Amino acid sequence: MNEFPRWKYALVAVALFFGFLYALPNLFPKEPAVQISANRGFTVDTALKEKAQGILETKKIAFKSVELDGERLLVRLGSTEVQPTAAEALHEGLGEGYTAALNLASTVPHWLTAIYAHSMPLGLDLQGGVHFLMEVDQKSVLDKQEIQYSDEIAQIARDKKIPGVSVSRSPQGIVAVARSAADRDRLAVEVGKVAPELQISNGNATDNAFSLVAKISDVKLREIARDTIRQNVGTLRNRISSLGEPVIAQQGDSRIVVELPGVQDTVQAKILLGATATLEWHAVDPSSPTLAAEVARGTASAPADARLYYHRTSGSPHLLKKKTIVTGDDLVSAASIPDPTTGTPAVSMKLNAKGGQRMLDFTMGNVGKPMAVVYTERIPEVKTVDGKEVRTFKTKEEIISIATIQGVFGPQFQTTGLDSMKEASELALLLKAGSLAAPVDIVEERVIGPSLGADNIGKGVFAVILAVLLVVVFVGIYYKLFGLIADVGLLLNLVLLVAILSIFGATLTLPGIAGIVLTLGMAIDANVLICERIREELRNGSTPMAAISRGYDKAWATILDANVTHLIAAFGLMAFGSGPIKGFAITLAIGIVTSMFTSVMVTHVLVGLIFGGRRVKTLSV
Amino acid sequence: MELFKSQSNIDFMAWRKPSLIISAILVVLSAAIIFVRGLDYGLDFEGGAMIEVHYEEPAEIADIRAALDAAGFTGAVVQGLGTRTDYAIRIKPHAETASAAEPTAGSSEAKVATNKIAAEVLTALTKSRSDVNVKRSDFVGASVGEELREQGLVAVLFVILGIMAYLWLRFEWRFAVAAVASEIHDTLITVGIFALTGREFDLPALAAVLSVVGYSINDKVVVFDRVREIFRSSRKGEPYEILNRSINSTMSRTIMTGLTTSLAVGTLYFVGGPALENFGLIMLIGIFVGTLSSVFFANPILLWLGVSKQDLMPRTKEDPELAARP
Repeated sequence: MNEFPRWKYALVAVALFFGFLYALPNLFPKEPAVQISANRGFTVDTALKEKAQGILETKKIAFKSVELDGERLLVRLGSTEVQPTAAEALHEGLGEGYTAALNLASTVPHWLTAIYAHSMPLGLDLQGGVHFLMEVDQKSVLDKQEIQYSDEIAQIARDKKIPGVSVSRSPQGIVAVARSAADRDRLAVEVGKVAPELQISNGNATDNAFSLVAKISDVKLREIARDTIRQNVGTLRNRISSLGEPVIAQQGDSRIVVELPGVQDTVQAKILLGATATLEWHAVDPSSPTLAAEVARGTASAPADARLYYHRTSGSPHLLKKKTIVTGDDLVSAASIPDPTTGTPAVSMKLNAKGGQRMLDFTMGNVGKPMAVVYTERIPEVKTVDGKEVRTFKTKEEIISIATIQGVFGPQFQTTGLDSMKEASELALLLKAGSLAAPVDIVEERVIGPSLGADNIGKGVFAVILAVLLVVVFVGIYYKLFGLIADVGLLLNLVLLVAILSIFGATLTLPGIAGIVLTLGMAIDANVLICERIREELRNGSTPMAAISRGYDKAWATILDANVTHLIAAFGLMAFGSGPIKGFAITLAIGIVTSMFTSVMVTHVLVGLIFGGRRVKTLSV
Repeated sequence: MELFKSQSNIDFMAWRKPSLIISAILVVLSAAIIFVRGLDYGLDFEGGAMIEVHYEEPAEIADIRAALDAAGFTGAVVQGLGTRTDYAIRIKPHAETASAAEPTAGSSEAKVATNKIAAEVLTALTKSRSDVNVKRSDFVGASVGEELREQGLVAVLFVILGIMAYLWLRFEWRFAVAAVASEIHDTLITVGIFALTGREFDLPALAAVLSVVGYSINDKVVVFDRVREIFRSSRKGEPYEILNRSINSTMSRTIMTGLTTSLAVGTLYFVGGPALENFGLIMLIGIFVGTLSSVFFANPILLWLGVSKQDLMPRTKEDPELAARP
């Protein structure tokens, strides 16, 4: 009665095999490293590898190895202390073409990574680093939108020859005052045509002032908020990739979490986070494309009124006129849409009244000629020169779109001929990033020193080991053989839990360790229930084998109820917020599930293997 | 080996009146401590700044206070972290505006001011001692903390209602009510005792409180399970007798699990370091309170609500069987 079908043994064996396999990478400690990646136009190759090696040798910086790892170069170091000096030396020695970032390199053997077995990444509290919670200033986004719409309403009044209209902003929304009720109604109709996203209502009216109140609809406001967050996350990702392996995630409606493991210098990080982007529309120089290539090679010089730019995706050189047609400040909105006539991917753009006028003037004389959009990002840098802080800017300019002007247009136009909807939405996002750069406030900042991180992980691991040891010894003494079987189940539970957390790529944090300890302490409860039941059955006069069988049976109902309710509690923890508590709750929830497997099924199979074929008179429980 | 004699038959139910009265008094006292005196909410819930510093050579707490006062951080709280070289400096959100001589709170200027606190504190401290460095620094905006407190409350409610619904379905409404009443009882008393220690209530503390809810419900369900089992198998179905038998026969397990879990979370309290101390402590208190309440609170409530054999007989299974008989 304590023997099982083959598949049950097989299932346990397979689960444990994979458990051990995927938990294994966590035994390989990560080592400090500097990661070098190439900027556009530069490549990572063996020549660079030798150069990096040379730099480190001349500067007498001890390193373990330099290896090519796909698109990047990985310099493994002996200790975290030399990490910053090595990064700085490499940054200076290799020049602007390369980015050197601090990193923790995996030492997991290749055959394990080949089957996607990775170790759990460590949370900031365990390895040190900076955590920022940033909030997008929604109010200023709203302000900017209202200013745009105010201009637009004033422009509509001028265009439609509605006399004496004055536009102002109030807490209720945009207020436009007309001279007569008829004028007001006409204005309402015209504004409604151009900007259907505005909610228009009649305001106060005196004998010669009839006001109209226009409010940006809630739907539109939410859309703007969502866009600003998305675009901020996108630009941040581009910007801080030079700082190692950052984590950037949206949290809620208006917040962004940025975590920079290993980084200690918050000043540099904050400056990077505050960088801004701008947009400019330029005419393409009519000279031949070959000239641009020659200028790029340095064999020819650009015309006096033109400048050389590179395309963001293709990297191809282009000569653009220096004169700016319109800038990102004039861009009201950009959205990716299928072209209404052909259905191909397109990006529709809308300029404000002033920008629309300029665009109209320009396109009237330039139909059939190409026009380009240049995206400029100014990334501030802080360097210490002679003991003084010097702030400089690193400017990144690139062409994000080149298109031929098909006809005369004003404020509303679209770019077609894009390859995919993905490309279209990327372009729209870049356009928005350059136009509505929303101010971001840092609402939470946590810096954890590397020594504290090391201290935390040391204490955490020690706590886990001690807790396991105490429980194992106690249970072993108390329940003898069955206690030892329970202990085996407990240790396997730890292995399975670590394996599943590793497979999910969960980050190991200090609360996560607390979750592991708590899970182990409570996982033994199932075995306690089983052992107590077996003892009871024996006291009631059951034969040993019947006692085991009934013990497991009767305990199962209780274990299930107890664990489901406990799981509900874990979900409650998981449901609110992110961050460390969520990690704890996930650990707890997975632990509850794995403990049901190891404490009940695995131990029962073990009992079956031990007692299966034998007739026993007494049980050691 | 036995920690609890298997043949014991202690009449726990005889003490139900005094034990319920004591429970009620403890709940009221705890609620008074929590709501009248208030919890000392940590940085996570209240906002402000916290800086942990390390000195190469031992430093005096008075000197640190003096250095901070001199720099204008009058509201700063300085705490030792076990050794004479490590200290935590806490600056509450109301204190920082007064100190930083910036425009009043609420404006974006105030936000910027709080943002710079860690750097300012370090400058202030390095003026008097140069061997100081920052181990960690935390800054949390007041609005973030406020939201977290609300979410915490929602989480506790969600857990309590979820457990109630499950027990209602699996057992019966009396069990659900008794369990939830014990949950509230355990949570309040645990937090109340914790408040007496004068420690700050931080995020790990909230996680611990919710884990206590999980542990304590676990404990109750085991006893309830036995109550149901004995009710179903016994002929007489005398509730008083059955509750006593259930408590006695699960007592060995109750003590054993309480001990193993205490061993585990106790290590967090004693060796887990300052970040996990609160978690371990609350769990230890919670396990103690939860274990006692399984015996002296949950079951007396069950008896008081009038649990009976009829309510626990599985209906769906028996009725068709009876109907099928000739």
